[in-house]
Amino acid sequence: MAVRKPPITTREYWAPGHAACAGCGCATALKLATKAFSEAMEEKFGDPNAFAIAQATGCMEVVSAVFPYTAWKAPWVHVAFENAAAAASGVEAAWKKLGRKGKILAIGGDGGTADIGMQALSGMLERRHNVVYLMYDNEAYMNTGIQRSSSTPYGAWTTTSPPGKYSIGEDKPKKWVALIAAAHQIPYVATASIGNPFDFVKKMKKAAKVDGPAFVQVHCTCPTGWKSPLEKGVEIARLAIETGIWPLFEIENGDFFNIKIQAPGGGAKVKREGGRVVAIEFKKPIEEYLKLQGRFKHLFKQPEAIDEMREQIKAMWKVLGVDVTLPKPEE
Amino acid sequence: MPMRKVMKANEAAAWAAKLAKPKVIAAFPITPSTLVPEKISEFVADGELDAEFIKVESEHSAISACVGASAAGVRTFTATASQGLALMHEILFIAAGMRLPIVIAVGNRSLSAPINIWNDWQDSISERDTGWLQFYAENNQEALDLILIAFKVAEDERVLLPAMVGFDAFILTHTVEPVEIPDQEVVDEFLGEYEPKYAYLDPARPITQGTLAFPAHYMEARYTVWEANENAKKVIDEVFAEFEKKFGRKYQKIEEYRTDDAEIVFVTMGSLAGTVKEYVDHLREQGIKAGAAKLTVYRPFPTEEVRELAKKAKVLALLEKNVTFSVGGALFQDFSRALVNEKEKPILVDFILGLGGRDVTFKDLDEALEISRKALAGEEFEEVNWIGLRKEIL
Ligand SMILES: Cc1ncc(C[n+]2csc(CCOP(=O)(O)OP(=O)(O)O)c2C)c(N)n1
Ligand code: SF4
Repeated sequence: MAVRKPPITTREYWAPGHAACAGCGCATALKLATKAFSEAMEEKFGDPNAFAIAQATGCMEVVSAVFPYTAWKAPWVHVAFENAAAAASGVEAAWKKLGRKGKILAIGGDGGTADIGMQALSGMLERRHNVVYLMYDNEAYMNTGIQRSSSTPYGAWTTTSPPGKYSIGEDKPKKWVALIAAAHQIPYVATASIGNPFDFVKKMKKAAKVDGPAFVQVHCTCPTGWKSPLEKGVEIARLAIETGIWPLFEIENGDFFNIKIQAPGGGAKVKREGGRVVAIEFKKPIEEYLKLQGRFKHLFKQPEAIDEMREQIKAMWKVLGVDVTLPKPEE
Repeated sequence: MPMRKVMKANEAAAWAAKLAKPKVIAAFPITPSTLVPEKISEFVADGELDAEFIKVESEHSAISACVGASAAGVRTFTATASQGLALMHEILFIAAGMRLPIVIAVGNRSLSAPINIWNDWQDSISERDTGWLQFYAENNQEALDLILIAFKVAEDERVLLPAMVGFDAFILTHTVEPVEIPDQEVVDEFLGEYEPKYAYLDPARPITQGTLAFPAHYMEARYTVWEANENAKKVIDEVFAEFEKKFGRKYQKIEEYRTDDAEIVFVTMGSLAGTVKEYVDHLREQGIKAGAAKLTVYRPFPTEEVRELAKKAKVLALLEKNVTFSVGGALFQDFSRALVNEKEKPILVDFILGLGGRDVTFKDLDEALEISRKALAGEEFEEVNWIGLRKEIL
């Protein structure tokens, strides 16, 4: 009987038994990321284990390393909330001196990356450490109980951006950390999503194989913080791509003029000029994404807020050089 | 043959780092410590020091990178002062809790506000509860020696704690003195290669470092930091003895000077100890029974040695360049604790002086002497005294 090679290694680095919530999309992201890393290390160095992880405080850290247990089958260190990039810099420097081949993976949530850890991240990228920084973006501080971060999208409920008489929820557009990372002109920057796991794995492998720093921002669902059905994580993440909310792209060496925008799927019509995506006509309205999540529930009573969201999404795509049309749901 | 060179304490610290051969150094400039990373950059640039020097974007990242590197199992060094050390504060606890033998050279400087770049000890004293070992140098030679000693103690398996070595801003950091630079071979013999038994990030034997601990384990983890501090007392004595044998310079946790028949003993740390010894000579010439004592080691606190010292004097006059508000100075608190249950104990008088680089003169010490003599004579005295305060501008 012919045995098919599994699409991704069966080796596990993020082992079962961690304490993440059921349906946690970020746990899936870490599982995939470490598998991808291992494959890249095997291909690059002939050693699937040639990596170590430095991780920021946050959900994925506390659920995976509860003394005296660990979910990690790779060398792993946690220092604090804001310094995964700096700690990773130190590990990388030590490995260099020890003559150890391999790559360091730094992991931080959106809070530990976009807010309090921004300075350390910038320093690490600018110094060109041979580190892949993975930002798992669940769009709020989940570990401390769902407070807004600068990566929380416009309109979302969190415990510190509650909708009310004078509030529609989070009132600022999402900060685009991938673009800030790319501004450091590092070899590789990508956005990814657990809604497209194969693409995510491909990008993690690419990131792990470049020489020098790389940054990957992966959109991952948090059923607890998003108030969404446990079993719909991947579907919701995919809808974010298909409605235009979450763009997938790659930027190499900080070259914004050659930004590689990916076709979103979901029936969207993509217009290219000279191989470059210049316009996307989305077919699925953003409401399809929003309605599956309790954090946006209040917006359906304020349709003008959803329209404002559409305008912000268009503006965001414009920065990426793409003209988008976003449909309204059929009445 | 050891080489003698005239240098500042900052250079002495950089030389110590060079001799200790750390594999990773991460540092950020701050007055008065800037020269340390500058000098180290030169050593690295000239190939005299084979280390990765991470030019971080802040002190917070400097110490974070040191933690990362030390967790990966290599000898690690940094230097800072004042606000820089304060910015490291959070990670200092983590370095100690993770039992990583990082060494920091601290150019002891005041803390803002108001901003002031000159000497006192408030920066490192404020970190006394982090679990770090603390050494204070009287002169530039001690700055060099104590950094080597700090590495050896910190890396001892019975200790495994980070250590800081303080030397006074400008008074030492920027003042040149002859310093003996020991031979590399002797330092190599003394320190040896750092071979971590518990901290490494090796894919061949993966471990998890820096975990979360529930109430069932946290206290025990903190207790090991306590225990390691206790263990360090004996290890420090051993290392001091070995250092003396190899390098010929003697260190003690508390160095006493003319204390044998002293009634009043002035206790201090750092460069002020030099001034105080001279002052004691001056008093002795007038027939005043005074002595001096210098704390070379502040953490672990040398409780036993303090108790021995206390048996010799009627008054311990504590001269300190730091404030613990509504208490006095940190030494006053520490000495009180060390002596509280002793049957016979001297009177403790606390003096806050020299903050923010204010010179400490014989005239100031006269003021301290006068108050101490009052105490000795059974007259009323203030427990905490601010010396040299310019009352006219208050
Ligand atoms: C200096 C500091 N401030 C605050 C905290 C508390 N804290 C721990 S994790 C966290 C939020 C983490 O959010 P994020 O990085 O988005 O990761 P997530 O929990 O969502 O996975 C906060 C605020 C801390 N540990 N350290
Ligand atoms: S709160 Fe969210 S991110 Fe955290 S473990 Fe639960 S589902 Fe995952």
